Amino acid sequence: MSQLPALIWVFAYLSLLTVGGGLAAFPELKTLTVGTYHWLTSTQLIHLYSLGQIAPGPNMMMVAAVGERVASVAGALAVVIAFFGPTGILTLATGRLWRRLEGWRWREPIQRGLAPVAVGLLVAGSISLAKGALTGWTGVAIAAAVFALLLSTRINPAFLILCGAVAGLFAFGVR
Amino acid sequence: MPGNQAPPVEVTLGEIFSAFLLIGSTSFGGGVMAYLRSSLVDKHRWIDDPTFVQMLAMSQSLPGLNSTNIAVLAGDRLRGTAGAAVAMGGLCLPGGIIMFIIGMLHGAHADRPLVTAMLHGVGAAAVGLVMAVAVQIGRKVLTRIDDLAFVALAVIGVNVLHLSVLLVLVVVGALAIWWHRPRPDAQGPLAR
Repeated sequence: MSQLPALIWVFAYLSLLTVGGGLAAFPELKTLTVGTYHWLTSTQLIHLYSLGQIAPGPNMMMVAAVGERVASVAGALAVVIAFFGPTGILTLATGRLWRRLEGWRWREPIQRGLAPVAVGLLVAGSISLAKGALTGWTGVAIAAAVFALLLSTRINPAFLILCGAVAGLFAFGVR
Repeated sequence: MPGNQAPPVEVTLGEIFSAFLLIGSTSFGGGVMAYLRSSLVDKHRWIDDPTFVQMLAMSQSLPGLNSTNIAVLAGDRLRGTAGAAVAMGGLCLPGGIIMFIIGMLHGAHADRPLVTAMLHGVGAAAVGLVMAVAVQIGRKVLTRIDDLAFVALAVIGVNVLHLSVLLVLVVVGALAIWWHRPRPDAQGPLAR
């Protein structure tokens, strides 16, 4: 119960970092949930983040799983509201303002400027995830295969993640 | 601006909720954006394509996930604040419930050796997925060579210097906006 205020502030803060996508916040998500608050281990976080890629809808619904781990139903609800509430209100307000800022000369520079920064944060998040998730050459091979298939075919990514589970079962489980 | 005159169709909150709930429960494998476009623009004709593109551009430069930001913008356009709330709720509900259950199952079974082995494989595959997504977005967004400098600065800040994402976002973001700052140009649309 006493963890709820910390959960709320951590995930409200993290939500403000998700410019360009949820992955941008991953390095900070790891620092806060694993390092600062010890809510879960780095391995657990990577598992939940990865499983979150299979679930439908926004790709950060895994925050509900983190909330569940820390404080059950109340934790999951608190985290989801903290993570989606503030940015939702911000977007609502900015959306209304944005239309009125039609001729504002900084509108274009903001969009142009933030785009490459957002891509940089996505790459940084990928690297941070890779550091924790790839422990050996087998993992690197699985990641490389998924990467190559996604860029060259139109296979559903969720299907490839499930293939990763099967590959992991044979590579790491069966001896 | 094109597409600001969306047809004033009367859309109920229930219709908005069920449309987003359907997207939220069928969009397996990411790419929610494609599902949103096909539902909002093609199927329901609630917003037109130029408006959708504009909403997407805005979503990308605001904090928040692109998909939930689109839900808020589209919902607001259709039925104001209540529309935005039900759109976002519908989109998040199915995945949220699924991840809640996965969180419970993970807590109970993750230390079984075979489950751990599968999760290692899932983690490795997810790395391939997020890197492919970064490349796909990068290809679309990075149009000039100087853009790469800002990508590099963000990566160095987070992964090499281990600065907080917030600091990197604010400093590199401000630098990038300043780099693209409006310059006095009588020819431009800025003259208005």
